[in-house]
Formats: sequence, C-alpha cells, structure tokens
Amino acid sequence: MSAREDVLRRVRAALGGSGAGTTAAGKVGTAPAPVEVPRAYRATGVHEAGSAEVLEQLVDRLVDYRAHVQRVAADDLPAVVAETLAEAGSVVVPPGLDEAWLGDLPRDVVVHRDAPDAPLSALDLDATGAVLTAARVACSETGTIVLDGEPDQGRRAISLVPDVHVCVVRADQVVETIPEAVRILAPHAERPQTWISGPSATSDIELDRVEGVHGPRTLHVLLVA
Amino acid sequence: MSTFLGLPGLRRREATSPEGGDPTEPWGAVPHPDEPLRWGESFPAAAKHTLKNEQLRRNLGHATATIRAKRAAVVDEVPDWEALRDTGSAVKEQVMAQLPDLLAQLEENVTARGGVVHWARDAAEANRIVTEIARARGADEVVKVKSMATQEIGLNEHLADEGIAAIETDLAELIVQLADDMPSHILVPAIHRNRAEIRDIFLARMGDAPPDLSDVPRELAMAARAHLRRKFLSAKVAVSGANFGVADTGTLAVVESEGNGRMCLTLPETLVTVMGIEKLIPTYTDLEVFLQLLPRSSTGERMNPYTSLWTGVTPGDGPQEFHLVLLDNGRTDVLADSVGRAALHCIRCSACLNVCPVYERVGGHAYGSVYPGPIGAILTPQLTASTGGVSGADDVNASLPYASTLCGACYDVCPVKIDIPSILVDLRAREVDADRGKHKVDPWKAAMKAASWVMSDGGRFGLAGRAATLGHGLGGRDGVISKAPPPVSAWTRERDLPAPPDETFRQWMAEHEKDGGER
Amino acid sequence: MRIALAATCIADTMFPGAPRATVRLLERLGHDVVFPRGQACCGQMHVNTGYFDEAVPVVRNHVETFAPVADGEWDAVVVPSGSCTGSIRHQQAMVCRRAGLDDLATTAEAVSARTYELSELLVDVLGLTDVGAWFPHRVTYHPTCHSLRMLRVGDKPLRLLRAVAGIDLVELPGAESCCGFGGTFALKNADTSGAMLADKTANVRATEAEVLTAGDYSCLMHIGGGLSRQRAGVGTLHLAEILASTREEPTELPPARAARQPADRRTEVAR
Repeated sequence: MSAREDVLRRVRAALGGSGAGTTAAGKVGTAPAPVEVPRAYRATGVHEAGSAEVLEQLVDRLVDYRAHVQRVAADDLPAVVAETLAEAGSVVVPPGLDEAWLGDLPRDVVVHRDAPDAPLSALDLDATGAVLTAARVACSETGTIVLDGEPDQGRRAISLVPDVHVCVVRADQVVETIPEAVRILAPHAERPQTWISGPSATSDIELDRVEGVHGPRTLHVLLVA
Repeated sequence: MSTFLGLPGLRRREATSPEGGDPTEPWGAVPHPDEPLRWGESFPAAAKHTLKNEQLRRNLGHATATIRAKRAAVVDEVPDWEALRDTGSAVKEQVMAQLPDLLAQLEENVTARGGVVHWARDAAEANRIVTEIARARGADEVVKVKSMATQEIGLNEHLADEGIAAIETDLAELIVQLADDMPSHILVPAIHRNRAEIRDIFLARMGDAPPDLSDVPRELAMAARAHLRRKFLSAKVAVSGANFGVADTGTLAVVESEGNGRMCLTLPETLVTVMGIEKLIPTYTDLEVFLQLLPRSSTGERMNPYTSLWTGVTPGDGPQEFHLVLLDNGRTDVLADSVGRAALHCIRCSACLNVCPVYERVGGHAYGSVYPGPIGAILTPQLTASTGGVSGADDVNASLPYASTLCGACYDVCPVKIDIPSILVDLRAREVDADRGKHKVDPWKAAMKAASWVMSDGGRFGLAGRAATLGHGLGGRDGVISKAPPPVSAWTRERDLPAPPDETFRQWMAEHEKDGGER
Repeated sequence: MRIALAATCIADTMFPGAPRATVRLLERLGHDVVFPRGQACCGQMHVNTGYFDEAVPVVRNHVETFAPVADGEWDAVVVPSGSCTGSIRHQQAMVCRRAGLDDLATTAEAVSARTYELSELLVDVLGLTDVGAWFPHRVTYHPTCHSLRMLRVGDKPLRLLRAVAGIDLVELPGAESCCGFGGTFALKNADTSGAMLADKTANVRATEAEVLTAGDYSCLMHIGGGLSRQRAGVGTLHLAEILASTREEPTELPPARAARQPADRRTEVAR
C-alpha cells in the first residue's frame, strides 16, 4: 500500500469509517457530529475604504511598527519618491511600475528595472539600495499592506532583499478589516502574496521587539490621497 | 544508543558547530534526543531539576509576563474576539470531520499548480523524502524556516547523519542550534535564554560574530543578520513548515516576523514544505479568521511583520520546484480519540504556554518533547500513543497529563478554544483504564477505590468523618501537623496540614437542627 | 427560600467553619437551610485523577441526594466551593454519560442547573452585595482558579467583601495565578506545586493582611498550609466566614502561626 493510501486509510479509520482498518495504534474512532460554522465576526469595518478614519488608523498602526509613513498628494508623488530615495544610491523597480513616479528621481540614483525575461540575481538585489513598489490592498486595523506580485509590485524577491522598501499605497486601496482585504484578494488567491506589517522584526530575545532583521530594515509607506 | 547523565534516549549531536559538542559548556544545553517526542525523565523528575535553575526561572518569568501583557492588550481591542474564536474552533472541527476529502482537494490543487505532493506515514518516511529531494539537487546545505513539524521528526539530525547541513534561520532556532540545545517553547524556542547567555553562545559558536558583541538585543539580531545573509543568497534548497494549507486553492501560508521565512520561501530554486495533515483549512476565505487569531495570540501583535502565501509554483517568481510533504506521524491516532482529537485544532500560537503557571516555573525542557506546555501535555502522549504514550505505565509521556493543576488559564486564551483541562482529565482516565485488570499493587488505585466506597454514601462518610475527629489531638498545641508519612509527606515538606476538627460539620448541623437553629 | 446545602466533603470533615458560616449567614438573611444527610462528595477528586469508574457511585450519590431540588422541594442548592460547583456543573453529567447512564446524566444536569456557588447565590439569585457583615480586619482575597475560570464568578466575591463594614480589603498581587494545589497535583508534582505556592505565599505576605480569604477551602488549605509552615502570621478564612461575621456574632481571627521574635531578627540580619 502506498503511503498516500495508508495515511488516508488511517484517517478514515480514525473517523469511524467502516472497513478502513485501524490507525497505527490499532484504534478505530467514531464519526464526529456534523459541524455548523458560526460566522458572527465582523465581515466589514465601520468606515468606508479610503475614508479619513481608516487612513488615520493605518498610519497609526504603521508608525507603531516603526515604519515611516508619509501622506502625499498624487501630484507630489514623484517629488516625494525622489526625496525618499535620494540617499539610496540605487533602486530596483518592478516591470509594471508607473514610470511617472520616477520622474523627479535624481540622476545619481541608479534605477534597475526587473523584468521577467531579465530578472536581477539575488546578489544584484543585495547590492541594490532600495526597492519601489505599488501594493494590492492595505488593512488599517492591523497596519498590513499586501503585495500580490502583479506587474506594479513585481516578484517577491525584489521587495525582500534590498534593505529599504518604499511602498506606494493609494488611499482607495485601504480597507478597515482583514475580512475586507481577504475578499479583495480571494479572486486571485493563487498569486504569491506577501503581507507586510512594518519592517522585519524579532521578539526572540527576552520577547523584546527589535525592528529590522532579514527583511528590509526600513519600510517607507507613501500614502497617496 | 548513547546516554547522557545516565538518561536514556539522549544523545549529543555530532560536531555540527565549530567547537563540537561540549557537555560542559556553561549554558547547560539539553542534548539532542533520539525521539523528539519522548526524552529525559518523567515530568515530575525533570521538573525537579529545572526548578533548581534560578536563572531559567527568572528568564521565563520575565519573558512570559511580557508576552502575557502584550497579548492581553491586543486581544482586548478586538470587539469580536469571541466570535472569531467560535469560528476558528468550528472550522477546525469541520476540518477534522472532512479530513480525507480536504486532503485530496489540497493535493489536487497543489499538483495542478506544479507542486509535488508526498505522503509520510511517520518521521522516518518524511525524513527520507526530504533527504532524497535535497540530494537530488546536489545540496550539502539547506536553509530552514522555523517549523514544529520538522522539529518533531528530527529532520536536522537526520540530514546531518546524511551529510547535509540544515541551517536554522529563525533567530531563536539559530540560538538553540548554535548552543546544541533543544527548543523549550513553540514560538520562542530560546525563551529560556537571556541576552547575556545569547551573547556568550554567539561569541563561542558563531564563527563570524563580532568580537566586541554586546548583549543589546538589536546588536545580537544584527549579528544574526550578517551571519545568515550569505546563506540566504546562495542556498539551493529550503525546508519549511506551514501554518496553514488551504484545501480549496492549494495555497500554503507561513507566518513569521524576521524575513528569514521570506528569504527561504523565495530565493532558493527548490522548496520543501513539511506539513502535518491537521494544518488544513477548507477555504482561502477562512484565512481571514486565522490570520486575526494567530498573531495576536502568539506574539501579541496586531499582525506579524510578514505572512507569505504561495500556491504551487509561480513561473518567474520564487522556487520553481515545490514539494509538499503531508505528515501523519501519530496524528491519525489522535484523530481516533473523540475527545483528544481537539488537540489537532492547535495552530501553534503558544498562548497556552505563556499563561501556564506550571510552564512558567519549570520551562519547556521538563516536558521532554518538542511540544511543551499545556498543549504538549495533551498532544505528546497522544502522538506517541502507538508506542505507549498514553497508557504505558513506564512511559515518561504518560506523566504529562498530570503536569497541570487544571487551573484553566490555557483554555481561556486558546484562539481555537481547545478545552485543554477536559482533555487532560480524559487522558488521565485513559491511563487509569488501561491499567485496569493488570494485577499490580497501586496504592493510588487502592486509595481511590476505598474513597469511592466511603464517599458514595452519606452514612459511611459521616462515620469516616467522625473517626477522623479522633485525630484532632494530632495537631498538638498549634493545631497543625508538620510531619506525615508518605504519600502525605510530599505535602508536609513545604506545608502544614491542619489537624482534623473536634467535630465534623454534620455533627454540628445535627445539633443545630435539634436546637432549632439556636446553636 | 429553602436552600439545600452541599457542604463538600473536605469542609464537612476538615473545615466545618465554612458550611457553619454558610448556614449562619443564610439563616440571618431569612432563608431556610436544609442539610440532606445522604450527601458525601461531588466526585471531583475521582474525576480529576482519571478514576471515572470510581467516580460514578460518588456522583450518583450526590445527584440522587440533591435530586429533590429539580422537583422544586428546595429552591436552590448552595455550595461553599468554586471547584465543587464547577465539577457539579461541568463533570458530573459527562461521567454519567461515559458510563452509559444517560438518565442519571439528565438528572445531574437538572440538579446542576439549580446549584450555585455561594457568591453566585448571594449576588445572582438573592440580588445582594451587602449582606450586613462586619469584619474589622485587614483581608486579601485569592480568586481560586475554578471560581474564576470555570464558573466565571468574576468580581462577585470582591463586591461582597467590599460591602463588609470595617474591612480593610487589600489587593493580592498576581491574584489570578494558580496557587499550585490542583488536588493530587500537590502530591504527584510536589516540587512544581511548592514553587507555585512559594510565589503565592510571597504575594500574600506582601499585602500584610491578617487574613487570606477565598471561596474554596481546598486552595485555602494549600496556601494556608504554606503560610503556617512559614510562620507568616496570616490566617485563612472562607469567604462565608467573613460574610457571616457581625458585630453581635463576630467571626474570630483564625489562629495564625507567626514567627517568634528571634526568627524575625534572623530575617533582618539576612537582609
């Protein structure tokens, strides 16, 4: 019998399946009662996506995680991007990034364009100062930004290896609760997702939180209204 | 089998650290066991030793108090916390009821997206599968994301025996690995270490640690970052566990903080994920429940810094070869117990450890399993049931269900509402029942039988109480008994026992009723 | 009200002061208290140590003794113990069902639905927080685990205590942490139990209370035994014994072994 068949046979035996034999300990279980799953939790928040309250909460949460947050008017975005990346030296951008965002970038900041047919190596990314991406959705209650690998966000490695992540979030992408965010992501659940809540951190030493470990040590969120 | 300190089942790992295993190192590491789910002495004996380690108790007291306060604060701010727990509990119950179908669905979806699904009956089979994959890629080194499943099967030790170095990349796992130690907590495996001990371990064992390393947590974390960076950038094979496997999409989830998980899940060409068969959730949408419950319960954060979700292979993004190993290793034995199966609902948040007054004093190593604390006390004996974990009178794991005062703090904080106290009691009953019919002298059993006879009748009990009043004089001038024969001597070692009163309540009540309530 | 008293086995034989005080208190409040003489024990010790078969006759005796409450012969059953009430409510029916005794389980549920721990009876059923008690002493309260987490009595005992005239009620640090008793845990895991007890007694002593009170004599026996051994000078009283105390009939301070003078001086030097 293959391991697959054997394990499934044991599972059936454990659940009281007739003729399924026994588990490894020689046990046959009983069938569990049917289960009703209650769903009384909040499916939506109190405030509209992109509302002032939701944006304020997102900023509060991100700051709590030691992320840098700036609220930016759409027209000012290229200037703020340029200012944020001024010291980076080099920046990697995903293939589908809005080129206008790079419009004001100083000449001495080298831009690497990651592309499916010409991906940067991990070592290249390690030598790059920063990454600039868009985002798919953000959740204010938990201070979470989700990237799902679409062309304006790029493959996972580019937003991971550089030490500074500059992430542009549009106000209308910000929802209040996790269920609202999940329902936006669900139609494309197969996309590789990274949920980001602040810069990398650890609490492994005496449960004291230290921000900045392997993932980007600095997270800049540019919240565009 | 080699022995350590005369204890069976413990071995010192072969020299995987620069200096090799030195049993005299100052930080007193627990050597690696042959069986990660059964090592050392029985709980009471092991606890007796760990209780003497005052440094350990201070470290644990500080760490658990910190995390308890953080958890309480972020749970209190969620208005629908109880509703989320109700859903989480019911979803997990549903998973167990539909496990065969959900496993098949997960397999189908992972396969459809270019992943390869393997099944493992036990630890040996899972270890063999992972080893073969690593060897086929020509890897002599794999990077690892912290995973309880791979701890449970002793994967690192197996790979080492096969000439493949497994590099733990989670900071706490790295500390434990460098110290040649065993983890003592599900979430924070090095919770038994304080900053000064961690600095000493790094200086002694991490080849590239800066010689002027201080014990400031930030500096220690930066030393780990520098140490692991090169490994991440060059690794060919990564091994991970999974927090959740989504049946209806084939999506796997890893919840983490440091970014070491993202590194392992993203940069190597090949990813192997070892997942217990109980880690399933039915739908992608169910993540909206568990990704609220888990971070607040485990690290006491509103959300953990990073959660990675992937489905099979994504062309041009991340590992282009993905293997999922579905692990039984005793889980079906747990599932067969209609009460104990709720232990499989566990999402490994470790909130129960952090609130447990027993765990807080004795630490994780006293439980003799990679699963310590209250959840370990119900999970470990059941996972090892096929080799006597619940019923074996001489099995150290059979002592675990008694490692609790049944205070109920664990049940209160469990995000999926596992009624740990009730399962502990049920496991005790299973052990007692397994011993029935065996002709051996058991003073407990004799006492319980006698007490049952006395306590099932008011008349008999009244007489017994009256007889006890004859002992009123035993208390001497203070009215207390300070020395008693076994087994009560265990009590009088640290506590006085009051002498029986000169009159039982029912004697008093009889007079009171006679006097019409005047007395 | 006609209230049946389940005295609990441990209080009946070892700590009769608690059920005596319960009787005095409830009679003072104008209720009839009945003591069904068939009672012995709720079965908790047997259940919690895994001796379910041996628990069955004990549970049967309790359920049958108190079954009249389900028929309205008494209005309620009161238990001066959180953990015994917890066992009656959460374990008795389970043990009966496991033994195939479904009818007994149904009766057990009917009895337990009318069974109350003392503070529940006073606050929830009788609607009282001020029971007219007087107890002019410094007191600290330990909320026992089963009262707190199995019964969810919350702050009911504290509300009752705060209303006691003359009382100097001081908060116990780390109050919600278990004292380490756990029934046979104290014997089977004596070292761990001792470590938990040491922390609990240190917290009690830090309050400088004269009296430690709780709703369970089992926990009080444990903590009190530790305090006595340490000669801490802190005595123990059940919640009922404080609530029963009045100016006319005051509850005496319990005997508390205290350190003799030389021992005190030794402690001073050690510091």
